[in-house]
Amino acid sequence: MSETETKELPAAEQQDERRLNMIEAINDALDVSMGRDDDVVVMGEDVGYFGGVFRCTAGLQEKYGKTRVFDTPINECGIIAVAVGMGAYGLRPVPEIQFADYIYPGLDQLISEAARLRYRSAGEYIAPLTVRSPFGGGIFGGQTHSQSPEAIFTHVSGLKTVIPATPYDAKGLLISCIEDNDPVIFFEPKRIYNGPFSGYYDKPVQPWKKFDASVVPEGYYKIPLGKARQVTEGEQLTILAYGTMVHVVEAVCREKGVEADILDLRTLVPLDIETIEASVERTGRCLIVHEATRTSGFGAELSALVTERCFYHLEAPVERVTGFDTPYPHSLEWAYFPGPIRIGEAIDKILKD
Amino acid sequence: MADRPEGSAAQGDNRPKLSLHVPEPKFRPGDTVDFSHIDVPAAGSTPRPDEACDPAEMRDLAFGLVRVLGDDDKAHGPWDPKLDPDTLRKMLGHMAMTRAFDERMFRGQRQGKTSFYMKCTGEEATSVSASMALAGDDMVFPSYRQQGILIQRGYPLIEMINQIYSNKGDKLKGRQLPIMYSSREHSFFTISGNLATQTPQAVGWAMASAMKGDSRIAATWVGEGSTAEGDFHSACTFATVYNAPVILNVINNQWAISSFSGFAGAERTTFAARALGYGLAGLRVDGNDALACYAAERWAANRARANAGPTLIEFFTYRAEGHSTSDDPSGYRSAQERSEWPLGDPVMRLKNHLIAIGEWDEERQEKMDLEAAEHVKKVTKEAEANGILGHGLHHPFRTMFEDVFEELPWHLREQADQAVHERQTKFPEGLPEA
Ligand SMILES: Cc1ncc(C[n+]2csc(CCOP(=O)(O)OP(=O)(O)O)c2C)c(N)n1
Ligand SMILES: [Mg+2]
Repeated sequence: MSETETKELPAAEQQDERRLNMIEAINDALDVSMGRDDDVVVMGEDVGYFGGVFRCTAGLQEKYGKTRVFDTPINECGIIAVAVGMGAYGLRPVPEIQFADYIYPGLDQLISEAARLRYRSAGEYIAPLTVRSPFGGGIFGGQTHSQSPEAIFTHVSGLKTVIPATPYDAKGLLISCIEDNDPVIFFEPKRIYNGPFSGYYDKPVQPWKKFDASVVPEGYYKIPLGKARQVTEGEQLTILAYGTMVHVVEAVCREKGVEADILDLRTLVPLDIETIEASVERTGRCLIVHEATRTSGFGAELSALVTERCFYHLEAPVERVTGFDTPYPHSLEWAYFPGPIRIGEAIDKILKD
Repeated sequence: MADRPEGSAAQGDNRPKLSLHVPEPKFRPGDTVDFSHIDVPAAGSTPRPDEACDPAEMRDLAFGLVRVLGDDDKAHGPWDPKLDPDTLRKMLGHMAMTRAFDERMFRGQRQGKTSFYMKCTGEEATSVSASMALAGDDMVFPSYRQQGILIQRGYPLIEMINQIYSNKGDKLKGRQLPIMYSSREHSFFTISGNLATQTPQAVGWAMASAMKGDSRIAATWVGEGSTAEGDFHSACTFATVYNAPVILNVINNQWAISSFSGFAGAERTTFAARALGYGLAGLRVDGNDALACYAAERWAANRARANAGPTLIEFFTYRAEGHSTSDDPSGYRSAQERSEWPLGDPVMRLKNHLIAIGEWDEERQEKMDLEAAEHVKKVTKEAEANGILGHGLHHPFRTMFEDVFEELPWHLREQADQAVHERQTKFPEGLPEA
């Protein structure tokens, strides 16, 4: 946890040692937000009585009633569209799209509508929705339960994109998203719902409870959007990552004995450019890691920004490690995944001279 | 709550206050199940209109239930397809095989041999019988629960299992989630994980067949929950506008994961009634009555072949098991639903019919079930020789980059080299046996 995060917590809450996995932390954020504001409503496929296929909304319908937590027809276009309408009324809808791979039928409502209501009505109407959706691979979900489509959304003006990497962050960021008056895409890295991931599929998974970032205080706290998290400090290079890949790069650096400034971006739009610039200016080297496909991925944006703004500090070309430009394969999942070998080689290349 | 526009007072006069309706299924875990509200007309009581009938004239069929097999296990009425005993035994055999296959594959997933499986228990007639009513080269655009079509069309079980295990023998090169089959040879479209996308594609295929003066029609299957997707409504619109030679089969198995059919609109009307607003022929059929399923699909196929128009068929059935291996239905529905289901079990009903007409007996049934189970077991062993999913690294890494495009562009070539290099780094001795 960075200092800023700890500072935001009241002293009493700092004593709290409640440990949650990311699912429980997300559930807690929804609970806290719904408890504070009657206008927060949760909806989506199977989120009501059942509590969601990943259990993120478990218990909420029982607590807040069927008109605030409800199942929807299987129609992602409709889910986003009615959320836009509810937002226009004054509610704060938090729709869930069951898998990010199924968000595409809702794209017109997100891109042409939610993202532009404020602009085209000169602020008369806003779309204060937070679209939650599990994303990313590593669970043998095949091509329709594994995608990382964040760059589709970062490319749209008017949408914010947020991706947590720890339970603590998931809660604080989600509360911020729900309170934000602009539409936010909140992608949940499902591979790390239950525990962080080292990148070694053939090693046992460690549960979140064993890690400090699972200490999630009760009650209300926020992590501001647009602020990166310093994961480790180091002088050798800067590594920019988010979601699952934060843990993979951390494990690789530990294993290789590399001292890296690892930044967990947390919010892709708006981006914490100051922290990135300060780090790259110090280290002079930058690696960008994401699981999504490479071409026109968010790494391309990061690489351009770092090159434009830190060019004279760079001692090596900016490198990207990404998923391959193919659909997410089922059986070759671990050949596709940007794992320790791909990351390790990129680090070696950047540090070479 | 949102403020009204500045300065305005309440102008509406709603009494009482507006309130939101959120559908709720009749039974939840632990509830005693009583399905007496479901109207089950007597077998044989539904008229059979002419296949070229104006949809408006057959309006009632969208709200009734075409049934052939009665409580006496005999076939009744104008929808009786009058199939010969050999055909009926074949139908029963395919349904029994589908069930045996599901049992084995489900168990295989539980034993860690693959990542995922989906059964179609209780719904076998809606794919097997419907498929038998089509020509073998009619094009089908299924969802993920129509393994019965492949089994009926003679697709080798070993290919299905290879696909489920994503192993070396998998013709889809391990790319797809288990059960997302594809077989062009069997006029079986590649299954998508994205719901309902196949429905307008079936219409497009049928339009193409009509453009070319072909003789083949198209049929698509979609779950009742998935009819909520816009794609399904695109299918209905294009089908009616172009009078496409297509059959839209809606499998109403009452559940869409944990959401009951009310979340797709079933509290207000039937799924077959969707047809009426579009001017499609609409039929509502007992989906656990294999003869009714056959008869309805044949009616719609004849209609399409005669250029008389598309048909939307609702098969009223019940998803007897969980949604998939990832699902535990005891968390959201009453366990009693399955045994209380008023339309029985499709395999049992067809079996009892064959016995009732003196063409079958319990001994032969037992033998058939045993042989089906033994056959699946044997083929499973054969498939396992090609590997099980394990960590999944069965296919040459280069295959991951093939078929993204017809030809490999430079960036995929580079990435393929990288993948192969990573494989050699991790496994200098070659890939481990999984
Ligand atoms: C576009 C899309 N949205 C959501 C899902 C997730 N999902 C998979 S199956 C399913 C339920 C489908 O129910 P139904 O259409 O009734 O078919 P059944 O499973 O009953 O055969 C859902 C929501 C998906 N696969 N695709
Ligand atoms: Mg269903």
